Amino acid sequence: MIYNSHARGTLNSAMKGSAMASIHDQIQNVINENAVVLFMKGTPQAPQCGFSGQVVQILNHLGVPFKGVNVLADGELREGIKSFSNWPTIPQLYVKGEFVGGCDIVREMFQSGELTDQLGKAGVPAAQPARG
Amino acid sequence: MNHRAESAKERITAALKSALTPVSLEVIDDSHRHADHFVHPGGAGHQGETHFTVKIVSPAFIGKSRVERHRAINEALARELATGLHALAIHAKAPGE
Repeated sequence: MIYNSHARGTLNSAMKGSAMASIHDQIQNVINENAVVLFMKGTPQAPQCGFSGQVVQILNHLGVPFKGVNVLADGELREGIKSFSNWPTIPQLYVKGEFVGGCDIVREMFQSGELTDQLGKAGVPAAQPARG
Repeated sequence: MNHRAESAKERITAALKSALTPVSLEVIDDSHRHADHFVHPGGAGHQGETHFTVKIVSPAFIGKSRVERHRAINEALARELATGLHALAIHAKAPGE
């Protein structure tokens, strides 16, 4: 289930039309080809935003292999991922092509164990989170 | 339009009250905690009110997923997000959760 049909009024004119269609295709390809994808600011090795860094820490803690996509490297991608997901902020986590959420949602799901469950259902092995 | 006369915190509070009729609402300005971090190329500078935490309990969230709750909040704050609100931490609950 992909939320890509909600192009928003906030998009500037430069992002409309074929350039946006192209970037959406690229995003779709990335989430098709990788079970777990994190669109983030910076890289998994060097996050450039605390919220992105928190999600990286959670995924690393769970031992989940994931593809990090640095939206700061590409202005079109940075805007395109927001309209693709109908979600205004970064980071954004996708599992098996499905939008999971941003930092708060990932953290809540990690703490409740739901993230591990969802990864397991998606066939992605994850360690159980340490409780307490 | 009286847009600039109010603070961002006041505008956020008013927009959420109007859209979601919360039974509990707390809007916290975290901007000072991010005043000196990386300024993204092409992004808003970190001057003034840019980072907020919203703690909200609303009957509008009954039966809604986390993503649906966040989308409802983002929808209510679309103008703020387009004009300088850079980061929003969200704690969204339905009554009784």
